[in-house]
Amino acid sequence: MTLLDDFMVRAILAGLGVVVAAAPLGCFVVWRRMAYFGDATAHAAILGVALALAFNISIFAGVLAIALVMALTVSSLSGKGFAMDTLLGVMAHSSLAFGLVAVSFVPGVRVDLMAYLFGDILAVGRADLLVIWVGAALVMGLLYWRWSALLTATLNPDLAIASGLSPRKEQIILSLALALVVSVAIKVVGTLLIAALLLIPAASARPFARTPERMAVIATLIGIAAVCGGVEGAYVFDTPTGPTIVTVAALMFVLTNLVQTLRKG
Amino acid sequence: MSLITVEDVTVRLGGRMVLDDVSLTLEEGEIVTIVGPNGSGKSTLLRTLIGAVPPNEGKVTRKRGLKIGYVPQKLHIDPTLPLTVRRFLSLPKWVDDDAAHAALEEAGAGHLCNHQMTDLSGGQFQRALLARALLTKPDLLILDEATQGLDQPGSADFYGQIEKLRQDRGMAVLMVSHELHVVMATSDRVICLNGHVCCHGAPEHVASAPEYRALFGSGTHGALALYRHEHTHEHCDHDHNHPHSHEEHA
Repeated sequence: MTLLDDFMVRAILAGLGVVVAAAPLGCFVVWRRMAYFGDATAHAAILGVALALAFNISIFAGVLAIALVMALTVSSLSGKGFAMDTLLGVMAHSSLAFGLVAVSFVPGVRVDLMAYLFGDILAVGRADLLVIWVGAALVMGLLYWRWSALLTATLNPDLAIASGLSPRKEQIILSLALALVVSVAIKVVGTLLIAALLLIPAASARPFARTPERMAVIATLIGIAAVCGGVEGAYVFDTPTGPTIVTVAALMFVLTNLVQTLRKG
Repeated sequence: MSLITVEDVTVRLGGRMVLDDVSLTLEEGEIVTIVGPNGSGKSTLLRTLIGAVPPNEGKVTRKRGLKIGYVPQKLHIDPTLPLTVRRFLSLPKWVDDDAAHAALEEAGAGHLCNHQMTDLSGGQFQRALLARALLTKPDLLILDEATQGLDQPGSADFYGQIEKLRQDRGMAVLMVSHELHVVMATSDRVICLNGHVCCHGAPEHVASAPEYRALFGSGTHGALALYRHEHTHEHCDHDHNHPHSHEEHA
């Protein structure tokens, strides 16, 4: 296990754990136009951090609980005639603000907020690594198990119902997967940039994909490249690691879409 | 046993009464067409039948294990979702290549297998939807304005295909249409809907019913003759068994 003693190796493994779950899930976020939904859930995580510190429970558990509540609340409100983009905007930013205020009330702890806002991937320990990979495995398992049903419900809820599926159930499964990804990603990229790991690999993969499965696989590969490039880049240029990962992903998005535009002539 | 029984179903959407005390049954192997003006609740009725809209009052009973092939009126595919026709056919259950090709041929879309769904024309799209619906080997095929966007020969062709499918497979078909004169030849029964069931029965009965004419005018009646000649079905006991209170709706 000497390999895991190296913080760089741990950082890369942590990043990989997050992207192999976030990239395929991110495809659904893109297809279902849930970008803000991801944002709202991720931003609520900071409230989870505050609760975890106040009640002295694990950060992972606190974030998971709050992210789950947020994801389920938002998904149950959707389709009930609310102006969703406004509502999600309100919830995303107010939950972030609530969280920041709540953290400042936690007595006796001087919290390094930056670590939760932008992640602290270089400080990932072995226990964190275990939590990240178990969470990632759960998300991948959920997606694999429900893939076809999720895809049908994403395409059209009525088609899913006529095929004997429940779009409601699939929505809850997606919410659960989203909450899991948020709670394992907070250590890696922080609340502010989690949505980026969901969206950017998927959006970068779109030009090269002819089927949904292909898009999920390409998105995962792009995510993996972003993590490796980001961690190395942060080391070389002495930049914050989480934001560097997202920067690499964003460059890849520009590149793939540029290639697509040129190819189309 | 009937495939679907609808008893006194009332549906309100956003406070508006969309379906008012609607009752109907669908039997095995019959082709039933629902006609009605815009906003008469046709699509809502279909969505109630498949279970997508729970009725506020009344009851929808589906035969146990009933397999429904549903072809929606519109299907928006988000441009971010890459989807070939072949992949679309395998939703939600994986089908092998032979079955996929056979269904596409049957739906008259054999050459479209590798196209992206978003690249299809209106008619091609409807055929891809039909092929997918057929792959589940449905007992009941539900078509919601399947021919909108098709010209008249195109839609006559489409309905011809539906009737052939019914003959080959013995499945029941329920469809919604504006074009009574086109579907006449294919339908065993017609239900005229305007929130409530205005009138129903054999196509020629409905076409000449005062309730139908009040909704659609008598203009369409002239066109019927042109399309009637192929029609050789027996019509026996499709009498009215609904009280008529349509005058105020007409």
